[in-house]
Amino acid sequence: MAILVYAEHDNASLKKATLNTIAAAKQIGGDIHVLVAGSGAQAVADEAAKAEGVTKVLLADNAAYEHQLAGNVALLVADVAGDYSHILAAATTTGKNFMPRVAALLDVSMLSEISGVVDAQTFERPIYAGNATATVKTTEDKVVLTVRTTAFDPVASEGGSATVETIDNVQDTGKASFVNEEMAKSDRPELTSAGIVVSGGRALANGENFTKYIEPLADKLGAAVGASRAAVDAGYVPNDMQVGQTGKIVAPQLYIAAGISGAIQHLAGMKDSKVIVAINNDPESPIASVADYFLEADLFEALPELTSKI
Amino acid sequence: MKALVAVKRVIDYNVKVRVKADNSGVDLSNTKMSINPFDEIAVEEAVRLKEAGVIDEVIVASIGPKESQEQIRAALALGGDRGILVVSDEKPYPLQVAKILKSIAETESTDIILLGKQAIDDDNNQTGQMLAALMGIGQGTFASEVKVEGDKVNVTREIDGGLQTVSLALPAVITTDLRLNEPRYAKLPNIMKAKKKQLDEKTPADFGVDMTSKQEIIKVVPPADRKAGIKVGSVDELIDKLRNEAKVI
Repeated sequence: MAILVYAEHDNASLKKATLNTIAAAKQIGGDIHVLVAGSGAQAVADEAAKAEGVTKVLLADNAAYEHQLAGNVALLVADVAGDYSHILAAATTTGKNFMPRVAALLDVSMLSEISGVVDAQTFERPIYAGNATATVKTTEDKVVLTVRTTAFDPVASEGGSATVETIDNVQDTGKASFVNEEMAKSDRPELTSAGIVVSGGRALANGENFTKYIEPLADKLGAAVGASRAAVDAGYVPNDMQVGQTGKIVAPQLYIAAGISGAIQHLAGMKDSKVIVAINNDPESPIASVADYFLEADLFEALPELTSKI
Repeated sequence: MKALVAVKRVIDYNVKVRVKADNSGVDLSNTKMSINPFDEIAVEEAVRLKEAGVIDEVIVASIGPKESQEQIRAALALGGDRGILVVSDEKPYPLQVAKILKSIAETESTDIILLGKQAIDDDNNQTGQMLAALMGIGQGTFASEVKVEGDKVNVTREIDGGLQTVSLALPAVITTDLRLNEPRYAKLPNIMKAKKKQLDEKTPADFGVDMTSKQEIIKVVPPADRKAGIKVGSVDELIDKLRNEAKVI
């Protein structure tokens, strides 16, 4: 039986999270088909066809799928699910939004945010904010999964030569409609896929200090900027920058936490980073227990010095 | 209009969990339990809608062990009107919970069904979506703003990269994100009053739902420990370590 991977995209280009999800599908084993549901998304389908390991791309191109509304997308996926043993999506806000609907429509249980593949029916996933890892076996005929993208290295985006098949399958629940979208503007790398992340916490004291101390260091390193919930709640930065159990899960090569104490919920979002640096004036703060390098210092002095010397 | 709010009894979010030595699960004995933080936000939103005159009655439901009545009482103290406890000895999984909530929502004819976006124990983030699918209605997940307008509700959602607003026909399911509101604290007189509020006790069988899941947890292990880090004395030393030891810059 083949595996269906749902493509994450913005109607113009394929998101890297899809390549990580395909990598998880490869570990399960079997033919990999990618479903592109969107509006004017031919370019996305062509891009998906080039990804390593993909044998077929299904393109459902209709205005009903333009904004990836969960109800419509779930009906579509459940409708094409008949041919597949596994259905995968990235555990992004898009995947988390519609996949449980797919599972319920198919009357099967689902596994969220898998971090490892043991075999085709057995998977690992973090629970309790990443403080434990559960190995779960499912005996469902159809296995519905979302994939924690940071746990799987992406497949190559070039080299594949899958066929693109257009499917005429229009689903609309008529119960929900798109009103508008406000995307935060950023020229920096995307937080979840950045190689380096520089994050600030409550100790930054205000939004101006983020601009003055965190951003120059991030720019010098080509890093994405993250934040703790305290910094978001205090209004220093928008909440899509939040790293943690309820924000984004990141696992970069280097994570620099400045003025972040390291609450359980924050650690849940970054403790799989390869190297963690903490800059904090409190050596007793919990972040010290996960940091590879801990610099006890006032961040208002240490950050400019670090920025100028790197 | 009526609102249904689902609350789950979970380990308190401040508690550092310990995995059992036999790897069968997490040790919950003698551990402080609370309402799942996202569910507290759902209760708060329902109560605010009631205070705004949009909602007439707030029903609080929980599915789980008998002790979950503590969490229902806590929600009633925050402003819920009555509770429904569905006692299940088996671990409740999202699909089964969604089936029970569907039954309750349809029997009670609730217009707005509020849940947390995820429970902090299993971190699934599934139940609300499954419920909406089973009922064939719209969903507004990860909500940071809820506005009821006539027979529709506008929900602003936190998505990767920003915010998205969707308009949903009622009835609809809404799952709460942390930013939606700041839950109030229960006042002592309200805690006393909550003890007198109606709390019906049911079983999954009353709803014709079999709680057995086709998922089996084979083992639970603690995450791999990170090797102990070192303290560096200066910015220069830090840069040197990052360049020459960790080789990440």
